[in-house]
Amino acid sequence: MTTVEDRKDLIDEVLEAYPEKGKKRRSKHLGVKEAEASDCGVKSNKKSVPGVMTTRGCAYAGAKGVVWGPVKDMIHISHGPVGCGYYSWSGRRNYYVGTTGVDTFGTMQFTSDFQERDIVFGGDKKLKKIIDELEELFPLSQGTTIESECPVGLIGDDIEAVAREKAKETGKPVIPVRCEGFRGVSQSLGHHIANDTVRDWVLPKADEYRKLPNGFEPGPYDVNIVGDYNIGGDAWPSRKLMEDMGLRVISQFSGDGSFNEVVMAPLAKLNLIHCYRSMNYICRFMEEKYGIGWLEYNFFGPTQIAKSLRKIAAQFDEKIQAQTEAVIAANQARMDSIVAKYRPRLEGKTVMMMVGGLRPRHVIPAFTDLGMKVIGTGYEFGHADDYKRTADYVEEGTLIYDDVSGFEFEEFAKKLQPDLIAAGIKEKYVFQKMALPFRQMHSWDYSGPYHGYEGFEVFARDMDLAINNPTWSLIKTPWETAAA
Amino acid sequence: MTDNLDNTQNTPPTEPVANEAEAPVGEPGKVQDHFDLFVNDEYQDLFANKRQYEGAHSHEKVAEVAEWTKSWEYREKNFERTSLTVNPAKACQPLGALFVASGFEGTLPYSHGSQGCVAYFRTHLTRNYKEPFQAVSSSMTEDAAVFGGLANMKLGLENAYKLYNPKMIALCTTCMAEVIGDDLGAFVTTSKQEGHIPEELPVPFAHTPSFVGSHITGYDNMLKSILNTLTKDKKADTTNGKFNFNLGFDPYIGNIRELKRILGLFGIDYTILSDNSDTFDSPNTGEFKMYNGLTTLADTADSINAEGTFFFQKYTTPKTQETITKTWDQKTYNFRPFGIKGTDEFLMNLSAITGKPIPQELQQERGRAVDALTDSQAWIHGKRVALYGDPDHVFNLTQFLLEMGAEPVHIVVTNSNTDFEAELSEVLTNSPYGQDATIWGKKDLWHLRSLMFTEPVDLLIGNSYGKYLWRDTGTPLVRIGYPIFDRHHMHRYATLGYQGAINQFNWIINTILDELDRQTNVPAKTDISFDLIR
Repeated sequence: MTTVEDRKDLIDEVLEAYPEKGKKRRSKHLGVKEAEASDCGVKSNKKSVPGVMTTRGCAYAGAKGVVWGPVKDMIHISHGPVGCGYYSWSGRRNYYVGTTGVDTFGTMQFTSDFQERDIVFGGDKKLKKIIDELEELFPLSQGTTIESECPVGLIGDDIEAVAREKAKETGKPVIPVRCEGFRGVSQSLGHHIANDTVRDWVLPKADEYRKLPNGFEPGPYDVNIVGDYNIGGDAWPSRKLMEDMGLRVISQFSGDGSFNEVVMAPLAKLNLIHCYRSMNYICRFMEEKYGIGWLEYNFFGPTQIAKSLRKIAAQFDEKIQAQTEAVIAANQARMDSIVAKYRPRLEGKTVMMMVGGLRPRHVIPAFTDLGMKVIGTGYEFGHADDYKRTADYVEEGTLIYDDVSGFEFEEFAKKLQPDLIAAGIKEKYVFQKMALPFRQMHSWDYSGPYHGYEGFEVFARDMDLAINNPTWSLIKTPWETAAA
Repeated sequence: MTDNLDNTQNTPPTEPVANEAEAPVGEPGKVQDHFDLFVNDEYQDLFANKRQYEGAHSHEKVAEVAEWTKSWEYREKNFERTSLTVNPAKACQPLGALFVASGFEGTLPYSHGSQGCVAYFRTHLTRNYKEPFQAVSSSMTEDAAVFGGLANMKLGLENAYKLYNPKMIALCTTCMAEVIGDDLGAFVTTSKQEGHIPEELPVPFAHTPSFVGSHITGYDNMLKSILNTLTKDKKADTTNGKFNFNLGFDPYIGNIRELKRILGLFGIDYTILSDNSDTFDSPNTGEFKMYNGLTTLADTADSINAEGTFFFQKYTTPKTQETITKTWDQKTYNFRPFGIKGTDEFLMNLSAITGKPIPQELQQERGRAVDALTDSQAWIHGKRVALYGDPDHVFNLTQFLLEMGAEPVHIVVTNSNTDFEAELSEVLTNSPYGQDATIWGKKDLWHLRSLMFTEPVDLLIGNSYGKYLWRDTGTPLVRIGYPIFDRHHMHRYATLGYQGAINQFNWIINTILDELDRQTNVPAKTDISFDLIR
C-alpha cells in the first residue's frame, strides 16, 4: 500500500467514530497530499462542527490578540464583559520595548467590564466615559482601539459614533473594531476586520497623524515588516537581517509596532509580509491604493532564509543583492555548525504540526534543515490560498487536517506515532501524557525567537531538547517494563 | 550564557568563512535565548534606531509621566474613575463553571455559545496547571445569533456524546447565548427527545452570563445545577452517614488531597463536591485519559442524603448552600481551615459534629506548624502587606497574616461584595495587626499600583499578574492565588490545614529572606548585612 492510500484509510477509520452528519462535514477537511496535486485537497475556512472540540478561537482573538494588540503605544479596550480581555491578557508574548503603563500598554488589560445594566441600557455612554478616563490616566497613549465582544454587536451599540466623537475631542485616533466573537468561523475574520479598520479609520488620515523622523526623506530601500507579531522577539532578528542587507525598515506592523509606524507604512516601497493569512488584506489594499508591492518571506531555517533574502534582494539593485550575499555568507559558518551539532540528533525524526494560519507550512523547511520530516500538518484557521501554498511545502503522502478536532488529532497521533508534535497549549499536555514530545508553535513554548539566523539556533536547540528529553524514558515503571 | 543541553556533546564549530559582511555576534554553535540575545549591543542599537519611526515621546517626558503615576495626585485621579477597569483580578462565570464540572466522574464541560470562549477557558486552566483541559462548544456564529442556538446545541451534544463518550455533560453558557436568550432547558429536552443524546444522560445546565458576577458565580451556578440534576428523586428516608465537602474555586488541588487525608485520619465517610484533584494533576503513564474527575455520579446523587455539607468558601457558593439548606433540608456549615486558628476551629467543630475525636496525628502536626511559625515569626512581625484575590481567598490569607503578626494594609478584591467586606472588616478591627488595613472592594490592580506607590508595603501576595507590580514598585511578591503562570507546581501543594499553613508560611518567609539577600548583595556597600545565618 502506498503512503497516500494508507493515510486515506486512516482518515476513513477515524471518521467512523462520528455521527453521520458530523462525519460528512469533517470528511471534507481531511486529506492526503497527492503527488501531482496543486493544493492539499481539503476544504477550509468553514464553520467548525459543534461539539467536536475545535481548537479555534474567535474574531476578537484575531483582532485584539493578533493584529491590534501588539501596537504597543495604543490602548486596546476589550469592550464588553471582563472575560475576553482577562483570558487574553499578556498571553501572547508579543515583545515590545517601552515603559508599560506610561508610554506603552502591551501587557495591560483594559476592559469596560460590562454589567447587566450595560447590556440592558447599552454601553456607549460608558465607553465615552472610559475614553475620557484613559486620557486622564494615560496621557501619553497614542490612541485607542475598541475591540467589541459578543454582546456589543447583539445589543445594537454604536461604537463607531463614539469613536468619531472621541477622536475629534482627543485629537487622537479612536478606532472601532467590530470583532464580536460570533462573527465568522475563527480568528481569521478578526484579522480581516482589523485590517479593514486600518484601511477605513487609519490610512485615510495617515498624513495628518504621521510624525516623520528628523530629516526623513523617502528612500529607494524603504520597506515595512508586516504581519510579524514579534513572538519571543521574532521580528527583531528579521529586521536586523533586512537592515544588514541594506534596506531601511520604516514600519513594523504590528509586532513591537507603534501607531506611528502604522501610518508610516504607506511611505515604503515594499511590504514584506510574514503572516500572509492575517495581513494580506492590508497589503493588497496598499498595493491598490499606493502602488506598494508586497512580498511574502519565510525566515524559518537557513535554507528558506537564504531563499527569502535573495527573493527580497531581487526587488532591489545590485548593491543590495551583493550585501545580501554577504549576509548569507557571513552566517553560513554558524548555520553549518548548528546543523552539525543538532542534525545527527534529529535526523529522520517525524513531526505532526497544527498551528494557526502560517506556521503549518512555513516551519517545515526549518525541520527539513535538521533532517526531520513533517508527516502531517494543518491549520486552525487557514483558507484555500494557504492550503495551495502548503502544497509547495509538503511531500506526497503528508496527512492534511483542517480545523482538526481533539479526537481526530489524538487518533492520528496514536496511529502515526510521530517523534514530535508541534501545536498549541491546549494540545500540549494531551500528547505529553501520551509520552509524545511536544513543542508549542504559537508561543514558542516561552522560548524564541525562532525567526532569522539567531532564531534557527534556538529552534534547533529546542526541538532537540524536546525530543531527546531524558524524562521520556522515565514514564514507564521499571517493573512494568520488565514484565512486558 | 547557560546552555541547558547538558546531555549533548558539542561538535566543534567549522572554520568561519572570511567575508566582507560584519560577522554576527555570538560564537557559532552557541545558542542565545531571548533573554540573552536582545540585551546585546547590536539589538540595543537596533531598538534605538527603530525609535525614530515610532513617533515616541521623549525619554524625559516618559520619565516625568512615569514619576507622576507614582504620586498622590495620580492616585486621586485613578480612584475617581467610574467606568474604566484596568488589570482586574477576576475572570468570568464559565471559567468557574468548567472548573467545578471537571471534578465529576466522566464529565464533559460544554460551553453553549460562541466558540472562542471555550478556547480561552481551556487555555487559561491549562496554563495554570500544565495539564490538559478538555471542553467543547456549540460553535455558534452569526446565523445562530439570528435564529438561536438550538440547531448548534443538538449537533454539538450529539457529536460530543458520540466522540467523547461522557457520563455527564455539564452545560454552561457564554454571553452570546445569554444575550439572545437561548432556552437551555427546552433545548436539552428537545435534544433528548429527538435522540441526539440518550434520555438518561445527565445534562445539568447553568446560565453563566459573563456580565454578572465573576468566575466564582459561575462555579456556584454550575455546582448547584449539577447537584439538582443528579439528586433529583434521590432523597431517602434515612441519612447515609456521610458528610459532603466543597472547597469552592480553590486552585490548590493539594488542598483536596490534604482534606481527604485529614478526613481519613478522623475516619469520616465523605463525598467531595467536586474532586478535580486528578483533573489538574493526573499521572503520566504514557496513556492520555480524558476524564479524571473523582467525584462519582452515584456519590453525588447520594449527597442529598448526607448528614451535612461543609463549605470552605462562603462567598463562592451562596446559592448552592441555600439549595442544600432549604431544598435538601440538610445542615450546612461554613469553615475556613486555613492558618492555625482557622484549622483549629474546623477540627473542633468537625469533631463535635461527627462525634469523632481529633486524631493525635493532627495535634502533632499542629504543634509542628506552630513551632515553625514561632521559629520564623521575627522576620514577618510588623511587615506591611498588600494582597488581592477572590473574597474567600483573601479572607483566609488575611486571617493567617494577622495570626503571624503581619499587618495587612491594602486588600484589593475586584469581585467583592458587601457581606464579605463587613465580615472581614470585623476581623481586622478585632486584631491589633489589622488597624491599618483597608478593604478595596471592586478595585483593580491599577488601583493597587497607586496604593503601593503612595503607601508602600513590604510584601505583596497575589497571582502571577502581581509580577507587574513587583517590577514597578520593587515590592517582593509571594505567589499565592490563581492564575500562577510563571512559576511551576505551586498548585500541587496544600494551603489548607496545618500542613498548608507551613507551606504558605514557607513561601512567605523565604520570599522575605530572598529579598533581603538581594538588598544586601553589593560588595563593599550593602553586603555588610549579607548574613549567612538569618
